[in-house]
Amino acid sequence: MEIESGQYEMSFSRPKEDTLLVRLAGNWRIGGRLPSAGEVQKQIESGPRIQRIVFNTEGLTDWGSGLLTFLIKVIHQCSRKKIRVEKAGLPKGAVKLIAIASAVPEEKGSQKKGTRGPFLSRIGESTIAFSRSVVEMLGFIGDATVAFIRLLKGKARFRRSDFILTIQQCGVQALPIVSLISLLIGLILAFVGAVQLMMFGAQIYVASLVGISMVRVMGAIMTGIIMAGRTGAAFAAQLGTMQVNEEIDALKTLGISPMEFLVLPRMLALVLMMPLLCLYADLMGILGGLIVGVGMLDLSAVEYFNQTRASVTLNHFWIGLFHSAVFGVLVALAGCLRGLQCGRSASAVGDAATSAVVTGIVSIIVATAIITIICNVLGI
Amino acid sequence: MTQREAHITVKDLTMAYGDFVIQKNLNFTIQHGDIFLVMGGSGCGKSTIMRALVGLKEPAKGRVLYDGMSFWEAEPEEQDRTMRRFGVMFQSGALWSSMTLAENVALSLEEYTDLTPGQIREVVSLKLALVGLSGFEEFYPSEISGGMQKRAGVARAMALDPDILFFDEPSAGLDPISSRRLDDLILELRDSLGTTMVVVTHELASIFAIGNNSVFLDPETRTMIASGDPKKLLAESRDPKVHKFLTRGEEGAREQ
Ligand SMILES: Nc1ncnc2c1ncn2[C@@H]1O[C@H](COP(=O)(O)OP(=O)(O)O)[C@@H](O)[C@H]1O
Ligand SMILES: [Mg+2]
Repeated sequence: MEIESGQYEMSFSRPKEDTLLVRLAGNWRIGGRLPSAGEVQKQIESGPRIQRIVFNTEGLTDWGSGLLTFLIKVIHQCSRKKIRVEKAGLPKGAVKLIAIASAVPEEKGSQKKGTRGPFLSRIGESTIAFSRSVVEMLGFIGDATVAFIRLLKGKARFRRSDFILTIQQCGVQALPIVSLISLLIGLILAFVGAVQLMMFGAQIYVASLVGISMVRVMGAIMTGIIMAGRTGAAFAAQLGTMQVNEEIDALKTLGISPMEFLVLPRMLALVLMMPLLCLYADLMGILGGLIVGVGMLDLSAVEYFNQTRASVTLNHFWIGLFHSAVFGVLVALAGCLRGLQCGRSASAVGDAATSAVVTGIVSIIVATAIITIICNVLGI
Repeated sequence: MTQREAHITVKDLTMAYGDFVIQKNLNFTIQHGDIFLVMGGSGCGKSTIMRALVGLKEPAKGRVLYDGMSFWEAEPEEQDRTMRRFGVMFQSGALWSSMTLAENVALSLEEYTDLTPGQIREVVSLKLALVGLSGFEEFYPSEISGGMQKRAGVARAMALDPDILFFDEPSAGLDPISSRRLDDLILELRDSLGTTMVVVTHELASIFAIGNNSVFLDPETRTMIASGDPKKLLAESRDPKVHKFLTRGEEGAREQ
């Protein structure tokens, strides 16, 4: 809009000792600069005590909210000083609009205070918030377990089509990125290992290095992190948006538990798909190692394959698959938890997705550490 | 005042989603300072027509002229300039959920005026007061009721004192008193600021209270079947559908 800058004019005179005449002219639309009510204030304070204010608006060519805000402020100031404001000289429409604006009194109790507490109390508050979020998380895991038990008993309900769709989204559709990343991880491991092992002429052990590390942890961790970024974030955004639109409340009113209806299918799908993806990632990683072994270290493909088969035991496989199933649960839980906790605004959905990824990755690493220590103690 | 050109002219307008025609062959004109109502049953395409008028959806056929300028044939800059003279309230409110009500109203003021932050705050308070929401400046849309969100949407649409205000079912979901107050506000804005209003509504009380021109859309024939002052339509229209709508379904009430 071509909003012309407001060429307002304002002048003052005193027809009588106790009367201030404010003459308003020109353009009083918003857009350009607006006059400040402070000028009226100054006029009131200079000279003898004013009892009433009258207006002359004959020269007013155009007006809008600019005039209204100005008048409201003047009226407000004058009522505090007990000065009468004669509205007769004002445009009729302006008087009516001011009346409409003051028809509903201001909600006093609803005014929110935006003050921040002192530093220490803010630390205290965030500590309390943190412990509350831990409790919420544990409660969520509990609810999810109950829902899972109900599923085993055949009492939980969710839509099978949802389940299949989620399987497709977090299974087949994740294959390209899993292929790329695990192939490259295999390559990198082989490169780094080869440089060291070549010093001893022990290139052949590159196959063992890549095989064991991929199968035992790296495959699971890499798929876990990929899925946290890809699927965990998607879960959080989906459920968060449903939260914003009150869709989850609508489910609850129907007596359908969001835990069974929304969380269970996602969790099951991820727990089923993660080990499969992990297996696939293992193979791609070994293929990456093979490329380096054959291309750079002059090993033959058969040699490489045999060495891999000799060093990677079935135990390694089971441990890797166990990791990935655990990660599946963690990623799904993090995504769904953050989605269900989402606030009711667009930016809250963004926060939920971010937080789902962070929670997912942190819990994957922590879980890996715990499982590794347990395996060490058990000697497997 | 000299006779001005029609503010909005709609010529042979056809709206469609893909091949699915919603409304066809619409012709009507809206004068400066009209309160123009778009009436019709749910799902007959009122919101779709409004999307064409406010420049969000290109019509399948036909033209929309603003002061004689054909909107959909104009240059993008020209379109932008025209659109900035509109204030639009969407059917679902469409408030920006991560901003407070004050920030929602203030956004266009910050973008398009030279007002100081203090003055913007005053204008925002005025707009919220006009819709009866004084004191809710710092609330987020999710923290107020649906009817209040509607009214906040109205306040946001009015922020820049636009030349044309488009309201999509402003009084749906409002209590009778707020709804009445909104009607008063619409009339007053027209009378004092000369704003042209295009209001989608099927609230009978407000149809007769505010409208001085209208178009009636029919879902079966997919076109308009009546237009003009709604009070005259009630008195004179021979079309049973129009009559049924304007009398809340009292069929045959007019047959002698
Ligand atoms: N995005 C869309 N795609 C396809 N059809 C739509 C879309 N939006 C609305 N419609 C159809 O257009 C018709 C009119 O919708 P709408 O203009 O919202 O109706 P009203 O506002 O009169 O209630 C409806 O039949 C609806 O199904
Ligand atoms: Mg609609």
